[in-house]
Amino acid sequence: MDFSYTQDQQNIRDAILNQCSQFSDDYWLERDREGLFPLDFYKSMADAGWLGVAMPESVGGAGLGITEAAIMMQAVAEAGGGMTAASSIHGPVFSLEPIALFGTEEQKQRMIPPILSGVEKMCFAVTEPNAGLDTTKLKTRAEKQDGGYLVNGEKIWITNAHVADRMMLLARTTPLDQVARKTQGLSLFFTCLDRSKIEHRLIPKMGRHAVGSNMLFINDLWIPEEDRIGAEGEGFKIILKGLNPERILLGAEAVGIGRNAIQRAARYARERIVFDRPIGMNQGIQHPLAKCWAQLEAANLMVMKAATLFDKGEDCGVEANAGKYLAAENAFEACHTAMLTLGGMGYAQEYHVERLLREVLIPRTAPVSPHMILNFLAEKVLELPKSY
Amino acid sequence: MKILVPVKRVLDYNVKPRVKADGTGVDLANVKMSMNPFDEIAVEEAIRLKEKGVATEVIVVSIGEPKSQDTLRTALAMGADRAILITAEGEVEPLGVAKLLKAVADEEQPGLVILGKQAIDDDSNQTGQMLAALTGWGQGTFASKVEVAGDTVIVTREVDGGSETVSLKAPAIVTTDLRLNEPRYASLPNIMKAKSKPLANKTPADYGVDVAKRLTTLKVSEPPVRSAGIKVADVDELVAKLKALGVAA
Ligand SMILES: Cc1cc2nc3c(=O)[nH]c(=O)nc-3n(C[C@H](O)[C@H](O)[C@H](O)COP(=O)(O)OP(=O)(O)OC[C@H]3O[C@@H](n4cnc5c(N)ncnc54)[C@H](O)[C@@H]3O)c2cc1C
Ligand SMILES: Cc1cc2nc3c(=O)[nH]c(=O)nc-3n(C[C@H](O)[C@H](O)[C@H](O)COP(=O)(O)OP(=O)(O)OC[C@H]3O[C@@H](n4cnc5c(N)ncnc54)[C@H](O)[C@@H]3O)c2cc1C
Repeated sequence: MDFSYTQDQQNIRDAILNQCSQFSDDYWLERDREGLFPLDFYKSMADAGWLGVAMPESVGGAGLGITEAAIMMQAVAEAGGGMTAASSIHGPVFSLEPIALFGTEEQKQRMIPPILSGVEKMCFAVTEPNAGLDTTKLKTRAEKQDGGYLVNGEKIWITNAHVADRMMLLARTTPLDQVARKTQGLSLFFTCLDRSKIEHRLIPKMGRHAVGSNMLFINDLWIPEEDRIGAEGEGFKIILKGLNPERILLGAEAVGIGRNAIQRAARYARERIVFDRPIGMNQGIQHPLAKCWAQLEAANLMVMKAATLFDKGEDCGVEANAGKYLAAENAFEACHTAMLTLGGMGYAQEYHVERLLREVLIPRTAPVSPHMILNFLAEKVLELPKSY
Repeated sequence: MKILVPVKRVLDYNVKPRVKADGTGVDLANVKMSMNPFDEIAVEEAIRLKEKGVATEVIVVSIGEPKSQDTLRTALAMGADRAILITAEGEVEPLGVAKLLKAVADEEQPGLVILGKQAIDDDSNQTGQMLAALTGWGQGTFASKVEVAGDTVIVTREVDGGSETVSLKAPAIVTTDLRLNEPRYASLPNIMKAKSKPLANKTPADYGVDVAKRLTTLKVSEPPVRSAGIKVADVDELVAKLKALGVAA
């Protein structure tokens, strides 16, 4: 039970906070207002080699663990860029894992380096309008033909699909009524996002406007056989491997956003004088902030425990889910408390807390909702009957 | 040409220093420590000279507690080639540091030693100058520009009211000012590479240098809190007030 950073981990955190300091609060606010992808930030992270933090060294990565990736992503969010900064690089930092684990050597060398260097961008397309959290019911069909697959279907919420060159796609290769178990018959692909066959429509949404999410309409997309990752029909199993790391990263990012909001609020509370004294001298202001701090740091311990277990090759499903849940719920409370602390200014864009509040709702609801996490914990830890 | 860059581990510039209750110094327990910002500039300048093909090797050296190793690793992650840690307990005064650096310079024979003009903890602004005296080498302090051609080092210095350019013959001493360059951020591949770069562990005794303190710190105290000002209506009132305070005749 060692709660301290290793030298590497401390260096990673410091280097990221340092690197991100060149992107000011106003940079992020401006991106949010105009809704344009933070390309300068993306490029600077790619140039400094950060996109490959958790990728193997054989493909140009640093070969570090999910713990280091979580520390990095937390610092990215904590530095002020919030979910916008984190989500812009989520694809390369995390979503390439299936290729690293299940791809052939040829696939790894062909697919991963262009993403890590920032030459190509990617998106991750799983969610569908008519399946939601019940992933195995997804309807996008990849029909086997000579040398490849013909794909038709719809996806929703696909982040960065409008700026991406490549797409990681989960589709059904064997119809649901022809498989023994519903988790079978899904296959994973990493392929060109061919815009002549895929129409995208940005979803107007609450926050993180610079990193858009899309509806995708896929019409007769041809995917060559060499773009399938792992065996046909094994796609769901492959995706499952990545679920815990994704929860860990989202949890770490949420804590980062919460910390940033609390720091802003504490600074404001020290300086703002009302009724002839700093508002932070009132326990009505102090206690909620102190409570948020304690909750966030406790959540972070759970997130980091999950990361440590994962990197040791141990089971971490319970911890990763609990960590993501605690981090997101408490980060939301932290942002909300920060907003209230700033009084009217909490509602003004130039104080940045309202932006964080809008963005912190993303890790709260995605990639898995708090309800489904509690369903899972009730079933797995408390041995209650499965409710879904 | 080899370049030697001394780096110091100091209280991070973002941290508000707090004086210990007993007035013996600044409380460094559980606060963030970083590389002295002027030393970062020195490391950056040395790496740039290496990238230009002027320098062949950049050696960083730190004198202080064992944790100074972190600061050396940071310098290695920026791009320095190897490091020397001279472990010394407690505070080492500028003269002690300069003597140790002289010993290191004798061993390494650098063409250039680039130091920060001062460390932001004690603000002494002495080490570079003392090292120049001990080695007998030329010095270009408060550098805002450094150019090297053969064994000639042209240093533009920040001085009151403008800049001054001096020409030195290598080996020489340069101390950095804020405007010399903007230090780079350590990249991930370089952080990883830094782990396997050589770091030699030494003590002052290895160099036969006595670093015992020669100065005694009597008292360290917080700066006085600024008291409220007085508003004056016009120049006449201002002059009257100044006279009353005895600061104007
Ligand atoms: C900003 C954003 C970005 C996203 N980016 C991506 C992306 O890049 N790629 C991608 O594939 N997806 C992405 N998603 C999709 C995200 O993963 C889904 O929104 C999420 O999986 C939930 O699916 P759904 O929206 O269809 O909700 P639904 O499945 O319709 O669920 C609706 C509500 O019902 C609740 N519910 C459902 N079943 C149960 C049950 N049995 N018990 C209790 N409650 C239940 C849920 O908890 C939820 O609150 C993104 C979403 C957002 C908001
Ligand atoms: C969208 C919007 C529309 C508005 N429209 C109008 C308008 O049309 N006309 C108008 O006149 N005003 C308007 N306001 C201003 C609004 O009424 C003020 O924001 C509100 O009165 C709070 O003042 P403040 O923002 O200066 O907060 P502050 O007074 O600075 O308070 C900051 C925080 O400190 C807390 N605090 C202060 N003192 C104490 C204490 N002793 N104990 C515990 N907590 C304390 C407060 O509760 C608050 O959380 C509007 C504000 C908004 C956001």
